[in-house]
Amino acid sequence: MKSPALFAAAWVAAPLATLCASPPALAADEAALQQLRAEVRQMRQDYETRIQALEQRLREAEPRAPTASATTAAAASPAVGDASGWNAAAAPGGSAPASTAAPSSVVAAAPATRGFNPEVSLILGGSYQRLSRNPDQYRLQGFMPGDGEVGPGSRSFNLGESELGLAASVDPYFSGRATLAFDADNHVNVEEAYARTSALPAGLTLQGGRFYSALGYLNSQHKHTWDFADAPLAYQAFLGGQFKQDGAQLRWLAPTDRYTEIALEAGRGNSFPGTGPSGNGLGAWALTAHVGDDLGDSASWRLGASYLHTRARDRAYTELDGVQNSFSGRSRLWAVDGVLKWAPGGNATRTSFKLQGEYFHRLESGELTYDSASAALPLAYRSAQSGWYVQGVYQFLPAWRVGLRYDRLNSGTPRIGSNAGVGPASFAALGRYNPSRSTVMLDYAPTEFSRLRLQVALDRSRPGGNDRQWFLQYIMSLGAHGAHSF
Amino acid sequence: MKRILTTLLTPLYAALLSLAAGPAHAALNVLACEPEWAALATELGGDLVKASSATTAQQDPHRIEARPSLIARARNADLVLCTGLELEAGWLPVLLRQSGNAKVAPGQPGFMELGLLVERLDVPARVDRADGDVHAAGNPHIQLDPRNIARLVQPLAARLATLDPANAAQYQARAQDFAARWSAALQRWGQQGAPLKNVAVVEHHKNMAYLLNWLGMRSLGTLEPKPGVEPSAAHLNQLLARLQQQPARMVLYAGYQDAAPSRWLAEHARIPAVELPFTVGGNAQAKDLFSLFDDTLARLLAAAGGGK
Repeated sequence: MKSPALFAAAWVAAPLATLCASPPALAADEAALQQLRAEVRQMRQDYETRIQALEQRLREAEPRAPTASATTAAAASPAVGDASGWNAAAAPGGSAPASTAAPSSVVAAAPATRGFNPEVSLILGGSYQRLSRNPDQYRLQGFMPGDGEVGPGSRSFNLGESELGLAASVDPYFSGRATLAFDADNHVNVEEAYARTSALPAGLTLQGGRFYSALGYLNSQHKHTWDFADAPLAYQAFLGGQFKQDGAQLRWLAPTDRYTEIALEAGRGNSFPGTGPSGNGLGAWALTAHVGDDLGDSASWRLGASYLHTRARDRAYTELDGVQNSFSGRSRLWAVDGVLKWAPGGNATRTSFKLQGEYFHRLESGELTYDSASAALPLAYRSAQSGWYVQGVYQFLPAWRVGLRYDRLNSGTPRIGSNAGVGPASFAALGRYNPSRSTVMLDYAPTEFSRLRLQVALDRSRPGGNDRQWFLQYIMSLGAHGAHSF
Repeated sequence: MKRILTTLLTPLYAALLSLAAGPAHAALNVLACEPEWAALATELGGDLVKASSATTAQQDPHRIEARPSLIARARNADLVLCTGLELEAGWLPVLLRQSGNAKVAPGQPGFMELGLLVERLDVPARVDRADGDVHAAGNPHIQLDPRNIARLVQPLAARLATLDPANAAQYQARAQDFAARWSAALQRWGQQGAPLKNVAVVEHHKNMAYLLNWLGMRSLGTLEPKPGVEPSAAHLNQLLARLQQQPARMVLYAGYQDAAPSRWLAEHARIPAVELPFTVGGNAQAKDLFSLFDDTLARLLAAAGGGK
């Protein structure tokens, strides 16, 4: 750039020159005119480069200002207030920043999508199901049915749950998340709605509200991230699908090199296997511990152990002969879970393998009331039941995976007392049985936002023959890029 | 059962011990999301920092998981240093949330996103996933333009000084020293790279945009039909047909990407497929930031020379 004086002179000279040039062609001094024109052109170019440079600096400064997270950082620490600093750093780089392939001028697109609005995500899911046995009569023989999600669902086309998720920081100290599920019967369920601390020291996190319990492996994960279309039988039998706490959870992550996390939960415990407290006390509490680490670059693992204590009061179920019975007492559940993931070099773009398994053991003791509506005969009740599953999922091509799962439950024989001619024989649904299921699935995910799945299962969870179950399922994620747990 | 108990209790015991011992503060613990930032932090911090990277050069930074070992590392980090621009959107939020480490929460001095400090390319005019996995704030693979590295030196040195004020002078001195060496290298690379100007290439993913922009090279297209969508046979054939009209000199891909589509196209278009280190550790030669660019240029020049 020349001196400002020359600049101003040219600015004034430019219109003058055009004025002089427009009349008939005095042809006075063609050479001088030419020179003036050239100077104007030069000036314009200089000006343009200068404006470009200014625009560029503006562009660099602009997106930082409106983005909430970046601004707070800038205000909080002098470290980011370095706009001049990095310009100085750019100088020794020699070559000026390339304005040749400057980005399109719509930088504003980025901040506009965020602002103070929460992240919004929507999961759409659905399936076509072909079941060889009537799903209305589905049950896990030997296990007292709960009110949760048990069974493969209905035949033919099914609208799965559509899940709407909202999440954001509340302030520097809390963040919040809510997940609402719209089911096919036009009901809205609050799957999760909790606030959690984000500024507690010493690796502690406290969260309160409704949330999926940290017990086991699958329990705390959303259904749409599962590798199979339905829950393992053990989850259906012992937790009614997934166990949600209405309560509080305190997590502590140990300051060790190996991942070690302990969580303590206390809640109302009003979902299966519990029914909620009668007074002001707790209906459920849980203690979970997880450890995990890498095995070289290619594999990682996580192991856990959990304990869940719940109380039931008049937990009703209908016997095979139509009599309404109910259970009151305590339910104690132990769970051990493990997962191992492998990918060559830790790069799961093309190939990966995931092995997971969980084992549950439950003791229930208390009182079983026969025909609670009229006869209401109390009987002593005690059961020890267990169940497990193991599954492996292999990704053999970038978008394709195949999986295999085996489920097994052991009902044991519950000890039921006798009263007025009513005894163990009156509880046919609780008779000893070992339900099992084998499942194969193939899924295709063209991007990380969509997945199509074919699943075939051979379900032997009730006497009377195999239930052949076919599922064709889709899962679509819209909106905010979901980040999934390990 | 006993073994499980032992596995669970041993680290717990170790944790309690280390708590009792108190924070034996030594080096600043830096968890970088990508290897290039771990390398830069090491250049500026030397022995004052202990930097490690969450991803290796063989991993796609879009697609790793918040695995337990990373959560443990984030728990103990003083600074989490990432590209940002949604590059780590699939795992970093979970990692930070589960780490229970308030120091590295977004907005704190212990969390730094470098992508916002450089001029970004490919900022989309509209944000719609029909266009693939687009990044609203622009192309996040900023590290392959060495001028971007130069711009990040001061901000990062300042941040290290904020977190560790006792050693502020040392960070400043190291930053100046690095900036001077980097500036000399930039001039050398500028001269070396001159023959690459206007050389046309095809990329696997749009992850070489900053490199091409720096060297004045031209991208004729990507093997992925849309960002984040795996190359399909149909798209590769279309691309091949296009290359008959408008020939490219080479196909570029990074070590973490599937080499098969690049090799297929290279073979059919009779041009070389060049595997670039992409980041520090991407191959045996790319040991630090300097050798990363030395090796990248050497490979590009060899391919451009051979194609003549």
